[in-house]
Amino acid sequence: MNDAVIVTRDLTKVYQMGEMEVHALRGVSLEIQRGEVVAIMGPSGSGKSTLMNTLGCLDQPSGGEYILDGETVADLNDDQLADIRNRKVGFVFQSFNLLSRSTALSNVELPLRYSGTTSGRKEKARLALEAVGLADRIDHRPAELSGGQQQRVAIARALVNEPAILMADEPTGNLDSKVGQEIMDLLLNLNKDSGTTLIIITHDPKVAAQAQRIIRLHDGKIREEVSA
Amino acid sequence: MNIWRSVIEALESLNGNKMRSGLTMLGIVIGVAAVIAMLALGAGAQDTILGSLSGIGTNLLFVFSGGEDESIRNPEPLTMSDAEALEDSFSAPSIEAVAPVLQGSAEVSYSGEASTVTLTGVTPAYFPVRNYVVSEGKEITEEHILGRASVVLLGVEVADTLFDRREGLVGETVRVEGQPFRVIGILEERGGGMMGSQDNEILVPFSTAQARILRRSPADQVDVIFVQSVDADSVTTTEEEISQILSQRHRTAVGENDFTIFSQQDMVDTASSITGILTTFIGGIAAISLLVGGIGIMNIMLVSVTERTREIGLRKALGARKRDILIQFLTESSLLSLVGGLIGIALGWAIGAVVGIVSTRSGTAFEPAVSLSAVLLATIFSTVIGLFFGIYPANRAANLVPVEALRYE
Repeated sequence: MNDAVIVTRDLTKVYQMGEMEVHALRGVSLEIQRGEVVAIMGPSGSGKSTLMNTLGCLDQPSGGEYILDGETVADLNDDQLADIRNRKVGFVFQSFNLLSRSTALSNVELPLRYSGTTSGRKEKARLALEAVGLADRIDHRPAELSGGQQQRVAIARALVNEPAILMADEPTGNLDSKVGQEIMDLLLNLNKDSGTTLIIITHDPKVAAQAQRIIRLHDGKIREEVSA
Repeated sequence: MNIWRSVIEALESLNGNKMRSGLTMLGIVIGVAAVIAMLALGAGAQDTILGSLSGIGTNLLFVFSGGEDESIRNPEPLTMSDAEALEDSFSAPSIEAVAPVLQGSAEVSYSGEASTVTLTGVTPAYFPVRNYVVSEGKEITEEHILGRASVVLLGVEVADTLFDRREGLVGETVRVEGQPFRVIGILEERGGGMMGSQDNEILVPFSTAQARILRRSPADQVDVIFVQSVDADSVTTTEEEISQILSQRHRTAVGENDFTIFSQQDMVDTASSITGILTTFIGGIAAISLLVGGIGIMNIMLVSVTERTREIGLRKALGARKRDILIQFLTESSLLSLVGGLIGIALGWAIGAVVGIVSTRSGTAFEPAVSLSAVLLATIFSTVIGLFFGIYPANRAANLVPVEALRYE
């Protein structure tokens, strides 16, 4: 089976820090299959955040090739990147990043607004919240929800546009281990049910162990790939 | 994203920080209120002045001796025969009536009360020409002129000063420059005029003034000739006719008239250009505060952009394009200034109304006028200010790099 949703060849990323050039990625080539669960690990400074940003289309690589769900990402302008992020990528962040003034429902609705969906937005958002088990919390604001519930809202928001990949950046980092495991179970179940590719960036071996494959980065390069 | 949705979202966001939104808006409120109040007061002042000028009569012309500038030396005075020549309906068909007057100041007294007033020596034509109405008693007649009668009509202010009342004065005797004059009538109240109150005036027969009070040389000199033209449209024709007759009589060269013809329209034009300049000037000063308010908006929007860097990063990660972010912040800033502008209009209108009431109470009829155009102008202008001063912060927000914005603490 070769149904790769992510294909990169020789990705490089160079940051200019004053006089210094920082090579955050030094030639990363990888393939991730549709429906796969992949963990990306590595010490800080290994380039895993840069890789996540690049795979999530938040940033353009300096060199190399990146094909996401059949579309070549390099050479796209800012607005086209925004469009790709909107349609193909769902983000789950360590610190949830919900809009504090908006209800759970409006938060989940946000990507639909940017994608220009006009009809049935509320219904879609409601279904997404039901899928993460928050059907009874749709009118609550983030401050009225627990950390685990907030992360569930964030997951619903990431999934509402039915993206090709779900990027989770330390999704359990701000949660205690019990709630963290619940979130992991939820993510894995969603992956099983809907087949959304799941990419987890983490430094927690227990989290990484639940993925089908672990990619370890070191110094901007892939050091090893381990299949679980 | 539809507009309505962004407006609601902007309102939610502004509502989230009421104190700050309120203070930012205050700048615009004060600016717009100042502009609206100034324009209203200016328009009110203009209406009052123009109203008192129209009271003079739109088809009225004034003829004075003397050129329009310093170049005419030794002008020949206007005389009674000049006035009579103007009454000739063959050479001046568009002239309806002519009222020559002598005018000066005189002291009027009654049982110890004395007052200095404007004394005008008039002919019977004066009353219709100047729209003077007698509230009690009679006008000056041809018999009074012929007999150089010692009779006088009092303006209400003079009556107030001398008698403390305005009725029942016909038959009383007052002294004008020491000479006894019998009161034959009281003039109706006229209000303020260009040169002070028109009610502090007394009217005597022309011949009486000429012979006994305001002696001029030559003896048949007149100070002003009021000319009424047949209708308001023929004022220009009338002016030409007067000019032709008088220059012929005074033997002046073309363009060197030794008299000046002034129409009520000229006064209206002068007055409106003066009040117009004043209104623009004061309104301009008020507009500076609007500018300051706009800078306040820019300032607070910049703070808001910095504060919400993470939110902007998140929105971009979820697929917001530059345009979406731009619209979001521009909606907020223009909404701030639009709402501020609307409150400012109400406040400015209220200020104008209060000033109007106060000045009416204190005796000057004055009606501040908030025009629709001023309201529209203020609304549009304040929104434009919000847009303009919002552009820089909004642009800054829209151009944030999502990766860095998300990392921002």
